Amino acid sequence: MESALNTGDTAWMLTATAMVLLMIPGLALFYGGMVRSKSVLNMLMMVMGSLFVVGVLWVLFGYSMTFGTDIGGVVGDPTQFLGLESLMADDPEATLPVMAFVAFQGMFACLTVGLIAGAIPDRTKFNGWLIFGGIWAVLVYFPVAHSVWASGGWIFEMGVIDFAGGTAVHINAGAAALALAIVIGKRAGWPKTPMRPHNLTLVMIGAGLLWFGWFGFNAGSALAANNASAVVFLNTFAATCAAAIGWLVVEKLRDGHMTTLGAASGIVAGLVGITPACSAVSPIGALIVGVLAGVICALAVSMKYRFGYDDSLDVVGVHLVGGLLGTLLIGFLATDLAPAGVNGLFYGGGAQQLGKQAIGAFSVLAYSFVVALIIGLILKAAGIMRISREDELSGIDLAEHAESAYELGDSGGSGHFVGIGAGSVRRDREEI
Amino acid sequence: MKLVTAIIKPFKLEDVKSALEAIGVRGMTVSESSGFGRQGGHTEVYRGAEYTVDLVPKVRLEILIDSERLDEVLDAITKAAHTGKIGDGKVWVTAVEEVIRVRTGERGVDAL
Repeated sequence: MESALNTGDTAWMLTATAMVLLMIPGLALFYGGMVRSKSVLNMLMMVMGSLFVVGVLWVLFGYSMTFGTDIGGVVGDPTQFLGLESLMADDPEATLPVMAFVAFQGMFACLTVGLIAGAIPDRTKFNGWLIFGGIWAVLVYFPVAHSVWASGGWIFEMGVIDFAGGTAVHINAGAAALALAIVIGKRAGWPKTPMRPHNLTLVMIGAGLLWFGWFGFNAGSALAANNASAVVFLNTFAATCAAAIGWLVVEKLRDGHMTTLGAASGIVAGLVGITPACSAVSPIGALIVGVLAGVICALAVSMKYRFGYDDSLDVVGVHLVGGLLGTLLIGFLATDLAPAGVNGLFYGGGAQQLGKQAIGAFSVLAYSFVVALIIGLILKAAGIMRISREDELSGIDLAEHAESAYELGDSGGSGHFVGIGAGSVRRDREEI
Repeated sequence: MKLVTAIIKPFKLEDVKSALEAIGVRGMTVSESSGFGRQGGHTEVYRGAEYTVDLVPKVRLEILIDSERLDEVLDAITKAAHTGKIGDGKVWVTAVEEVIRVRTGERGVDAL
């Protein structure tokens, strides 16, 4: 039998998958530059760690929980594709090998967990974070992604448009970030002590890598190399440029200067905003989504000072707010000329789509927030959520990882090699 | 012998160095430093949050000289580092008991 395989689609999806993977170190750098120099390694490790843990869970049963046969509209059968062994055989009728889809979707799961880390840098125990990330992926991400994207999922069947993850990724992660920021509490000294970003060059490199990878994230979500993926690609580009301008204009009018951090933040806000909407709006619609995302997120990041929660790197202000905005704007700006083929309020489609979008968005927001809050409270009670105040003040990199990020002097910090393995220094001193 | 310590604006380093070289000063130690005086700090804005940064970047020069040349050296530094605006810095002089050149073991003025 002749194979139905579409090599163009397959090549694009494997490429797009690698591009989404690159978003994870990109996110690590974006976040890492924003923390102080004593916590940058921990920040990198938190984001990369979510990739390791969720990647393993995805292979074991995460894919099956997300895309297995529907159970009650909320989750897939976790045993159906357990270990993925049954998906290796060549299916002559498939245009795209299922493993390409499995790998692509797996990156989304890892990235979504990584996003949460930005709310809680400088102060979270590394093992506590990995345990949280794993449990949250199982209890929240896999079921939510199933509900939003899988056939039989209740949000999917309702007709909610979430092309690449405004609801499943950004609202979902943003709500969990808010819960964790509340559970773990403020950084010592926040907001009085200055906590300036230690390296804005890293932040901009990270934003650039995110933007590059996001073309894989959004255009890859077409699951084919076709017209829809090209339209989505262009919309992703348009919205991001407009969002950076929107953020910078807010800064110029409010603070007097257009900042590098503002440009990098505007890029990410625009990408978040267009993620759900990129298949549903026109290029002009994408510009509108983008500029609104830039302006509203630039204003939203100040909420934490008013309400007193230390969402340190603004996961709520950028991802939750940006995700909600893009998801709801579909209800206004969707046009049936775009690949999704639905008209929103401004194109004569009535308020029906807007209503569906709101139900999907706020259901996921509430579910993710409550479950993250409960997981966080349990881990906190178990004493594995927050490092000691002394360790936090002297720097989490040293306390949690026994490393420091930068050694800029020729003296190398001075000192000498003691021996192999932990405890060598202590044994050496005892002998003396 | 005297130790002249000067705190100056970083962009004035080249001017001061040239002025000292022009009068035959053959060595100095330069370090980047920060501090505050009457100039005070500046403000920075990150995602709309405004911070005051109290410590201003400065350059610290240390020069060991023969006491006889003191006035000449002080004159060169203050002229070259001068802009007339707040934050130009300070120069002070400390008496030095002994100087040794590590390579040769020379002491005192010979080691300068």
